Amino acid sequence: MRPTDILKITPQGLYCAPGDFHIDPVRPVSRALITHGHSDHARSGHEAVLATAETLRIMAVRYGEGFCGSAQAARLGEPIRLGDARVTFRPAGHVLGSAQILIEAGGQRIVASGDYKRARDPTCLPFEPIACDVFITEATFGLPVFRHPDMKGEVRKLLDSLALFPDRTHIVGAYALGKAQRLMALLREAGYDRPIHVHGAMERLTEFYQSEGIPLGDIRKVVAAERGRLGGEIVICPPSAIQDLWARRFPDPVTSFASGWMRVRARARQKGVELPLIVSDHSDWDDLCATIRETGAGEIWVTHGEEDALVHWCRTIGLEARPLHMIGYGDEGEESEAADPGATSAETAP
Amino acid sequence: MNRFAALLDRLAYEPRRNAKIRLAAAYLRETPDPDRGYALAAMTGGLSFRNAKAGLIRGLIAERTDPVLFGLSYDYVGDLSETVALMWPAPQAGGTGHNRPPAPTLTEVVETLATASRSDLPGVIAGWLDSLDETGRWALLKLITGNLRIGLSARLAKTALAQIGGMEPNAIEEVWHGLKPPYAELFAWVEGRGARPESVDPAPFRPPMLSHPLEDVADFRAVLDPAAFSAEWKWDGIRVQAVAGFHEGRKTTRLYSRTGEEISGAFPDLIEALDRDQRFVGAVDGELLILRDRRVQSFNVLQQRLNRKTISPKLIQDFPAHIRAYDLLAEGTQDLRTLPFAERRARLEAFAAGLDPERIDVSPIVPFADWDALTAARADPAQAGAGVDAEAVEGVMIKRLDSPYVPGRPKGLWFKWKRDPFVVDAVLMYAQRGHGKRSSFYSDYTFGVWRDGEAGLELVPVGKAYFGFTDEELAQLDRFVRKHTINRFGPVREVTHSADTGLVLEVAFEGLQRSTRHRSGIAMRFPRVSRIRWDKPPREADRIETLEALIREYGTNEGESG
Ligand SMILES: [Zn+2]
Ligand SMILES: [Zn+2]
Repeated sequence: MRPTDILKITPQGLYCAPGDFHIDPVRPVSRALITHGHSDHARSGHEAVLATAETLRIMAVRYGEGFCGSAQAARLGEPIRLGDARVTFRPAGHVLGSAQILIEAGGQRIVASGDYKRARDPTCLPFEPIACDVFITEATFGLPVFRHPDMKGEVRKLLDSLALFPDRTHIVGAYALGKAQRLMALLREAGYDRPIHVHGAMERLTEFYQSEGIPLGDIRKVVAAERGRLGGEIVICPPSAIQDLWARRFPDPVTSFASGWMRVRARARQKGVELPLIVSDHSDWDDLCATIRETGAGEIWVTHGEEDALVHWCRTIGLEARPLHMIGYGDEGEESEAADPGATSAETAP
Repeated sequence: MNRFAALLDRLAYEPRRNAKIRLAAAYLRETPDPDRGYALAAMTGGLSFRNAKAGLIRGLIAERTDPVLFGLSYDYVGDLSETVALMWPAPQAGGTGHNRPPAPTLTEVVETLATASRSDLPGVIAGWLDSLDETGRWALLKLITGNLRIGLSARLAKTALAQIGGMEPNAIEEVWHGLKPPYAELFAWVEGRGARPESVDPAPFRPPMLSHPLEDVADFRAVLDPAAFSAEWKWDGIRVQAVAGFHEGRKTTRLYSRTGEEISGAFPDLIEALDRDQRFVGAVDGELLILRDRRVQSFNVLQQRLNRKTISPKLIQDFPAHIRAYDLLAEGTQDLRTLPFAERRARLEAFAAGLDPERIDVSPIVPFADWDALTAARADPAQAGAGVDAEAVEGVMIKRLDSPYVPGRPKGLWFKWKRDPFVVDAVLMYAQRGHGKRSSFYSDYTFGVWRDGEAGLELVPVGKAYFGFTDEELAQLDRFVRKHTINRFGPVREVTHSADTGLVLEVAFEGLQRSTRHRSGIAMRFPRVSRIRWDKPPREADRIETLEALIREYGTNEGESG
């Protein structure tokens, strides 16, 4: 069987015919395999869902217990038979519970990696390279200008600014699932031990992380009436809130945003960010390239992001590569809880 | 260099004036000599060395990256230096004993660039790029290609320096022009480790005194006593300071813009005349104008001279520069700024009487008995003494007879009262491509004025203009827009518009209306660009209160149409 006979692109998303399931479908389907809990990958309304236990719990936190007909937890590294296919979940290093899915069918090994990163993250398991014939990768930061710096330095930037402006509230926009908690954990590692204040929209997911045994220290929800007293403190909120009236009620706020997009000046300026922090939960260019080589795959499929550059690079090193032009995935944009799904593509368009 | 780059990076994003000063002050306090001195020179526009061409940078990156990947990246980032800084491949680390070379200091960069031969340059720059981080590479590339725009004016940099020694910025200003990078003795003085720098500038810049719009004074006819004021024409030129002094028997003569930038080089004719005249020793505040046969030419004529890069003898002959003086800040070595205006004015008249009237004369007093008389003079300057020069009069200046010369914009002393009330200085914010034969130009301009926002001073758009300029000016505006784009939204470009960087447009219009459709609450009728104020820093553009006052005064409050 050719890989294209095993996995096809449908309006619902990637479909595996031998196993009769979809991966991260964007519309309701009868059986969905979900790589991780970000809302462009994990949607509610499917009949049967197979995902890691953490991802299932994240979906329950976000959508309520009845987010699907029936849920099955996939144990990492344990193969599961579905029709004529065998699937195995392995860590992707993206957010808590995130996994790559290895599909074995018709003599082919295909890995759908979802979103992944190679940089260290104290809040989730590290990515494990899987040897395969076809590697399906995202390319959110698929241009050689995206090279994420050491996170310690970025956290240091934030702490230095607090030292220089001890009366100003430092408001950091960060995606509610994963980025926010990773930032908290990194601040704790850097020795920051003051309470970290969070926007109401982050409270549930942050509590969830803590209940999963990830220590984040003293986290407090911002009470509207007390905003004026939070000078010199760190407040983490969804990216959409940093330019809101909500953010202006803090004393002389410094507007910060933790995202891989902050690498490009025009993008940071466009968002009115004063203290850009380059912290990403996606692979940068060097890691995308290194990972593709490590898998040993001869064929690379690129789902979304800056496909052209990555496809070009694969071809220059003799790999077969094709862009899938998948619609409905545009990471990071989706994570502002209140944002409508239509805003997703606008958020990530260059 | 990495530390300086980090400062530039932070300044580029920081909109608040006081925060900028704090950032710069922290850098100047913590960085050792001579690095901080060169940084200060960079921030005040005083760093000069042979620049590397963009072509050299393109060549370096082409040797190291795939052209398709470079093309896609450049398209995405939109800025050559930034693209190269981000894409520059990390040198192969590891191996035996191969370490990353140490990053160069700013001093090393400046001193090397001053001496490196053309053929050595590519290798030197590549070595630096290998050793710097992304931000360091970005700053280095901006610096060596001569495109370093610092989010901080020279004035703010000096304010930051003054702050580390608890001094007034003007104290720095007074010694500044005699000093050279890396300013070791200046830092020593500011930090209390040394004496005030010896080489006191014989021809220093003195920060100018500015006026308030008369419209801002509610019911000024009742509040202000006409007998306490003197009036003179407000000339449509550019404000300058001509200063000359002696040091060890040698005369130095300089011309400054109102922001303290030395512009002597653009007016060698004027400088030469003032320098030759041994009686011209002191500091004159006045308007730079072009006079032909003693007649003041329009601002457009002056503009033609201002825009030239090379000053040819023909240009000098066709556009003779002239100063119309209105204040005397120093005579000989005596500082007159604490004297009342009336006294300075008398000194000025006596001082100018001995000078060549072809080059410098005194702006005449406009006599008036009461505010009605001045209103009449302002409405018809030709009949009120301005004669054939009336076209170059844009209003009247009103100065308290007892006012000392106070730098900045002190309250209640000087007022400007523009002849045509329907003109504002606004800041260009967005530009859009035009239609038809203008479709290749950014010819529709959205402009704004200042208001107090929640986060400090901010610009609020008040209108859009797409005519009023010549084809030549259109080409200049278009170039400005392309060079200073910070954002793109389809056919619209957002151009830089902060207090220190950006372009001021003088906008004329037919009237104002209250409007709920506009964010500013005000709609302009038939706005047009009446002049491009290349000389004016955005922070001096008008405030929304000026428009509010016009609405009150002229009552065009007829509501929305349509
Ligand atoms: Zn994701
Ligand atoms: Zn995604």
